Amino acid sequence: MARFLVPLLIFLVLVGFLWKGLSRDPREVPSPLVGKPAPAFQLPRLDAPDKTFSPADMRGQVWLLNVWASWCVSCREEHPVLVNLAQSRDVPIIGLNYKDQRPDALAWLDRFGNPYRVSVSDADGRVGIDYGVYGVPETYVIDRAGIIRMKHIGPVTPEVLDAKILPLVAELSK
Amino acid sequence: MKRLFLALLLALVFAPLHAKEAVPVAEDPVLEARLNRLAKELRCLVCQNESLADSQADLAADLRREIREMMRQGKSDGEITRYLTARYGDFVLYRPPVKPTTWLLWFGPFLLAGAAIAGFIYFLARRRRSLPDAPLSPEEEARVQALLGKSPQEPRS
Repeated sequence: MARFLVPLLIFLVLVGFLWKGLSRDPREVPSPLVGKPAPAFQLPRLDAPDKTFSPADMRGQVWLLNVWASWCVSCREEHPVLVNLAQSRDVPIIGLNYKDQRPDALAWLDRFGNPYRVSVSDADGRVGIDYGVYGVPETYVIDRAGIIRMKHIGPVTPEVLDAKILPLVAELSK
Repeated sequence: MKRLFLALLLALVFAPLHAKEAVPVAEDPVLEARLNRLAKELRCLVCQNESLADSQADLAADLRREIREMMRQGKSDGEITRYLTARYGDFVLYRPPVKPTTWLLWFGPFLLAGAAIAGFIYFLARRRRSLPDAPLSPEEEARVQALLGKSPQEPRS
């Protein structure tokens, strides 16, 4: 009996590992920035390039930083979710317009709606690098003290929003 | 008409020439060689099976630009990899550092090999114990002696 049981057990363990490996998304790389202060920056606003915005302006508030671009296809997918969120909930969304052309970005917002309290232009992608951006769209949840609490890579879906982002925002806003 | 055709033809011939902007050739070959060496050890996050040196992704080009700049500022390779791991995690390193969370990764194969050798030794020991000790009868003994050539009457070929 044992001579069949042992190979069977080894086989099952192997299947378990492979199964887990298959169900994981290799594009999701855990960010070392979670739990660390959001990197500081000072960037021109998309709507008014003569004015700047810095994460320090958001001290005392729980907010979302959403990295987007007009050239990014998945951003279009998540955009209605963000627009909806901006209308229904009082959680400020700041947009980081990543490696984009200003006219394109403005036209994009005109066309699809603007869920952002402020969008800033990161034309050369330097701030994106500081935030460890590697696949637009990405969304960060930042707490009152300016600490990154969560990073979501890829489009924000209603499921992710309801299951992960909003509960975290609610908890942080207490 | 002929002229227009010729112009179009020429335009077509030369079109690919400016299809892609020329990649700026480095002014400093020593620095570029160092960049290449370091970037080969770093993984591009966009196309995960390519190194930062080989990747054509936008982000890889940006990161190479950052690394180039840091090298110009006299930063060491260690400082540069620390800069990258602080942002992207150990995932960017093709050689993950040895630390408690990666012990299993580094030493797991040795652990598995050790377990396999131990299992094999255990199997051999058990097999030896389970084989019955069968002594030879006197006739068999004589035959063995004969076959081994101890007997003078056995002809040799």
